[in-house]
Amino acid sequence: MSETLEQIVKDMKERFAVESSVYAGDTTLLLSPEYLQAAFQTLRDEYHFNMIVDVTAVDYWPQQEPRFHVVYHIYSMLNNDILRVRVPLNGNGPHLPTIEKIYPGANWKEREVWDLFGITFDGHSDLRRIVMPYDWQGHPLRKDYPLGYEEVQFTFNAAEIDKRKPYAKD
Amino acid sequence: MGLEEKTGNMGVVTTTLETVVNWSRTNSMWPLLFGLACCAIEMMGAQASNYDLSRFGMELNRASPRQSDLMIVAGRVSRKMAPVLRQLYDQMPDPKWVLAMGDCASCGGVFNNYAIVQGVDEVVPVDVYVSGCPPRPEGLIHGILTLHEKVKKEKITHWA
Amino acid sequence: MTNIREVTVDELRHLVSDRAMTGETMLLNMGPQHPSTHGVLRLLLELDGEIVVNCIPDIGFLHTGVEKNMEAKTYQKAEVMTDRLDYMNSVGNNLVYCLAVEKLVGLDVPVRAQVLRVILTELQRISSHLLWLGTSCLDLAAMSVFLYAMREREMILGVMEMISGQRMMTTYIRPGGVWRDVPSEFVPAVQEIVNVMPGRIAEYESMLTKNMLFTERTQGIGVISAEDCARYGLSGPVIRGAGVAFDLRKARPYSGYEQYDFEVPTYDTGDIFGRYMVRMEEMRQSVRIVRQALSRLPAGPVLSDNRKFVPPPRSEIGVSMEALIHHFKLWTEGFNAPRESVFATTESPRGILGVFLEGDGGPKPYRVHYVTPSFVNLQSMPLLTRQHFVADVVGIIGSIDIVLGDADR
Repeated sequence: MSETLEQIVKDMKERFAVESSVYAGDTTLLLSPEYLQAAFQTLRDEYHFNMIVDVTAVDYWPQQEPRFHVVYHIYSMLNNDILRVRVPLNGNGPHLPTIEKIYPGANWKEREVWDLFGITFDGHSDLRRIVMPYDWQGHPLRKDYPLGYEEVQFTFNAAEIDKRKPYAKD
Repeated sequence: MGLEEKTGNMGVVTTTLETVVNWSRTNSMWPLLFGLACCAIEMMGAQASNYDLSRFGMELNRASPRQSDLMIVAGRVSRKMAPVLRQLYDQMPDPKWVLAMGDCASCGGVFNNYAIVQGVDEVVPVDVYVSGCPPRPEGLIHGILTLHEKVKKEKITHWA
Repeated sequence: MTNIREVTVDELRHLVSDRAMTGETMLLNMGPQHPSTHGVLRLLLELDGEIVVNCIPDIGFLHTGVEKNMEAKTYQKAEVMTDRLDYMNSVGNNLVYCLAVEKLVGLDVPVRAQVLRVILTELQRISSHLLWLGTSCLDLAAMSVFLYAMREREMILGVMEMISGQRMMTTYIRPGGVWRDVPSEFVPAVQEIVNVMPGRIAEYESMLTKNMLFTERTQGIGVISAEDCARYGLSGPVIRGAGVAFDLRKARPYSGYEQYDFEVPTYDTGDIFGRYMVRMEEMRQSVRIVRQALSRLPAGPVLSDNRKFVPPPRSEIGVSMEALIHHFKLWTEGFNAPRESVFATTESPRGILGVFLEGDGGPKPYRVHYVTPSFVNLQSMPLLTRQHFVADVVGIIGSIDIVLGDADR
């Protein structure tokens, strides 16, 4: 961790009560959802994290408190630092304020998180499904969503699977 | 046909209707210009300088399904893409053929999950399957020649 | 099977202008089957005559569910999926995944493997740019460039086949090094490419750079400023074409890139032509890196000898009981990674390519997430196409060099 990043982490601890950890050179801040917008505004304006690299989520089902972590990666071109911010969320109707106003690039990434994890972003300008079909049910990357594994055909079960398989007609 | 043997060389060739129709179909089979994923790159490779698919009368990829005879499904078909694929197939005029290029189009390949249709034969009827991930351009050309063989064997009774 | 649902204007009310509601402007659907969308991209264009008022990209037609599928496989087996994400940069996808795994478990890579990785990713960068050159010029109605570019691309695919047996999906880079050592014909073959390429690049440039048909369609079209690039998180040739020398190979070096002498080309116009110039120069720089790497390719092992993570070579299995146990354990159960998360980044031919990898103490990744440049760069389509002609949309899509497998995952 570089000196500037160390200072930033220290400041963020005082101002937004974050917890920090370091693993393999990656710095992670654990931020509570209510400070989200203020913290990112500060990080962008005062600490030069001018680029959003990624927004994604991790599902810790069946654990409910917190069930999700929304993970942000932001990059500072000036200091050449990458910072990870994790925001824990409960499993019951998870929602977060959007950071689209601060980083316009987060627009699609938040849509993707909504599509695949079902985490709502309040105040988002265009929260539609992005990668799944428009009328898809459920959120596939949640851990309680099945992978949809199809049985592999072998000699002993080929005929049986063949019977069930919906072949297209001309 | 035997007629030539009796009449000698008169500059006339006699054949059956089905042979001549099948012959002309195989030699001007226009594929739909339609790539999905990785296999589309190898399909482009097959049409480019080194492999030169136009040797078989197939260099003319039509961007509109209404002008094409062959649909090469080059790549994995997602659940979102499947209805689009079926619509393209329905828009193609008869006679039409489908070639499933690559493992994903044939059976789902390595992607055995919620998003990918497990074999494009669930969506459109397939004539030839080409294996490989992605198949080499030679593989694709072999598949196309196999399809040509198949077309040449079509009977007049099948056209109805 | 579901049917295609028609999109009504009401659903997109917040995205289109008010004039679309009265029917003054027209909504035109472009794709998913369109010859110049480079795959299965769908664009909804709002048109005022022939001028684009607004462009709404619709992606996901190639959503493959790779991330979920990787969670169901062990760390080694999941790597096979990564090739097929960005199929123009499959070696780079392997590399970033392996970097993440190595970072997660703390694995060292021998020097020879690192140099081989650099050679292969740079060759892949050249081949990706060549295909971009061919197809995007095809969109601008320059057919012959495509045939020339594919000719050189076959040389690089030949090298890939030589080392791994596969032309595109090599899975040659593995956690802890590379799959196995390169054959003796590898160095002469790469040398040949390195010798040939500079002349060929000059040949392409002679066809395009001063060609009025090309410059008229590219200069001043699809302009984006450096500030907008940073705000939207765009990277790769798009941001470099806007004048920012931002390249992760320089900024956050990996695989020993800090030891190579190369430049980050920039161009300050931010239009299609700028991106074209940057990519052409990048190919030259890649050739330069490969040449340096070839000259310093050291002898030695190509895989780490940490047997807890890397399977032993075949020759050892016959004579060593321990090697047999390791082999069995690694290929049946896999190795365990700690309950931590890491983020690895590389510079792909299109921009920042990152992997967020989280372990849960077991042999399978708990969460893998690919941060892909096409997804981010595609987001700028409304910004780039506004107030341009429909015919220029085709050129703009080509210039940001999207790969839909990369965007949809």
